[in-house]
Amino acid sequence: MNIEELEQIAESVRAENAKFDYEINVCMGTGCLSQHSDKLKDELVKEAEKQGKNAFIRRTGCMGLCAAGPLVLVDPEEILYQHVKASDAAAVAASLGAEPVAALQCDLREHFDQQVHVVLENSGHIDPERIDDYIAHDGYQALVKALTEMEPNDVIKQITESGLRGRGGGGYPTGLKWGTVAKAGGDLKYVICNGDEGDPGAFMDRSVLESDPQRVLEGMAIAAYAVGASKGYVYVRAEYPLAVARLTNCLRDARRRGLLGNNICNTPFNFDVEIRLGAGAFVCGEETALIASIEGKRGTPKPRPPYPAVSGLWGKPTLINNVETFANIAPIIRKGGKWFASVGTEKSKGTKVFAITGKITNTGLVEVPMGMTLRQIIEGIGGGVPDGHKFKAVQTGGPSGGCIPDEHLDLQVSYESLIQAGSMMGSGGMIVMDDTSCMVNVARFFVEFCMTESCGKCIPCRAGTAQMFTLLSRICAGTGTMDDLDLLVDLCGTIKETSLCGLGMTAPNPVLSTLRYFKNEYIDHIVHKRCPAGVCNIEAPVEVLA
Amino acid sequence: MPAFTPPPLPSDDKRWKIVNGTMRKNGFARYALIETLHTVQSAFGYLDDDSIRFVARSLRVPLSQAYGVVTFYHYFSLKPPGKHTMTICTGTACYIKGTDKLVAAAEKRLAIPQGQTTADGKISLMTARCVGACGRAPVVLTDGELVGQMTGEQMLEQLERWAVE
Repeated sequence: MNIEELEQIAESVRAENAKFDYEINVCMGTGCLSQHSDKLKDELVKEAEKQGKNAFIRRTGCMGLCAAGPLVLVDPEEILYQHVKASDAAAVAASLGAEPVAALQCDLREHFDQQVHVVLENSGHIDPERIDDYIAHDGYQALVKALTEMEPNDVIKQITESGLRGRGGGGYPTGLKWGTVAKAGGDLKYVICNGDEGDPGAFMDRSVLESDPQRVLEGMAIAAYAVGASKGYVYVRAEYPLAVARLTNCLRDARRRGLLGNNICNTPFNFDVEIRLGAGAFVCGEETALIASIEGKRGTPKPRPPYPAVSGLWGKPTLINNVETFANIAPIIRKGGKWFASVGTEKSKGTKVFAITGKITNTGLVEVPMGMTLRQIIEGIGGGVPDGHKFKAVQTGGPSGGCIPDEHLDLQVSYESLIQAGSMMGSGGMIVMDDTSCMVNVARFFVEFCMTESCGKCIPCRAGTAQMFTLLSRICAGTGTMDDLDLLVDLCGTIKETSLCGLGMTAPNPVLSTLRYFKNEYIDHIVHKRCPAGVCNIEAPVEVLA
Repeated sequence: MPAFTPPPLPSDDKRWKIVNGTMRKNGFARYALIETLHTVQSAFGYLDDDSIRFVARSLRVPLSQAYGVVTFYHYFSLKPPGKHTMTICTGTACYIKGTDKLVAAAEKRLAIPQGQTTADGKISLMTARCVGACGRAPVVLTDGELVGQMTGEQMLEQLERWAVE
């Protein structure tokens, strides 16, 4: 495979598409599929044929606005329809070359116009199970360019120059990580893609894997070339069956096209990828736990150092990056590190995909440049809180993050600013809460999550989260005391300082951040024996831990 | 050392051949433990003692380690599932949209706590830690099929249909 051959494939796809007057893109991500968009697609094919319309009906990945699904995008007019049922197929087909179906039209210019799509550039535009569609959208050009025109060091230089940082939440500079693995000795090295998106309320990785899986593979292959690895693993949650199925097809197609396997692009570079399924353990998102899980063991973390970059999978140097990080690689190589670095803030470059959910009008997936304010994201793109309720807080970073109140909504989103506000970037979940949410109960929810997901290896996390949960349950039940509150703060400090891995170290964050901004709610529960949001059942007996 | 011969299949049930296939594909390597257990669970619906013993012996993994892995990961089940399974997502987005009420209503209707199966073996009630369809919250899986924006009434109707089958 070389650039010319890629161009030929792209050209033939374009020629094929040009035969049609219209393209109807039907979203077939998990969200829309759950509303039978597959049947809708079949109906559209039938109707288009019946009505003699020269239209190509394409299955695509996620278009972002999951709550308005099933979504249909008609090109070339770029008309977006929402809540399209199979029974609407006739009307949509009839509208081709005529007036759009007004009743179904989704006019959310503001929602889309403020976004910048890098990771999601193909999502909703290509068929995720057709590698040629990806190639027609500049796919695999970056890999071919890297293999034929660049030295591994040049690749790392571009990534470093781009300022890309780990999108799984930690924010470690990607170029630096790649450099460490590249410098590590030994012939055998591994590349792992972390798709164990365990953070409840986040689905960016699922969506990328479902909508544009080839992009992730291309990123992994470029990484493998840069660091000198020949074997890769994608670790995906078993809860994401569609992502696994698409990825499996994707691997087969990439091998057939000679973009995975031996002597890729007639160079000495060999690389192949295997899928490993998670089995429902949040802690496996931690890199050393994930490695243990690939080795077929219980997913318990190990103390670092040694870091996986030096001693990872089976003791070999291993590069672990998140799905979204890998999805950023191809555009960086194609357009250059400088281009990437021109987007974003001083220390946080590029864009970030967020999953906005909870009490928000436009629920779904968005991609925005770093440095956009939370207000722009929530009130502008997200459309604000529905049903006349009042915004209370936005939770970022999942169980490791915190709640950010109204007065900090003008905060510019970056790794540092979110930590300063007592939360963190995390993988990109953004859960909006209104006045019907009780912040003490929210803290209890996350602590319960960490308690059940603690692997049990270190005591601060195993016993500490259980104690935190008991204290919070007491406060929620109205039987807590002010002493309990002091004890809780003290406990948070201990767990944060002494836990082995990120799960324990960040488990107190939801408590600390709600205490920082919503202490009055804690006091209401303890002193006035009432829950301002009416969520907690104050009369209920204290939950006793078994 | 003599060459290792894997143990014979536990019975002539064809599903064991699928399980064996997964192990063979991985050269009976120990790291294939989790993958093999996935195959067993998808073929048989759950992991019983016999299957765990068979997999452990075939992969030369200590039984304690195999059992440790099975009980560590939430995805693996040691009990057979009911004829139908209602899985309620309890991720953050679903929690904010009141999924706790769905769980409570289902527990009351079926008179079993979450994680259990009704005495007649008809319905299992499970919870999931986020299925990643947060845009459609609150979400349930009815026999593995994702249904979004679920209401209490809809869910109870579904349980009713299953109960009278």
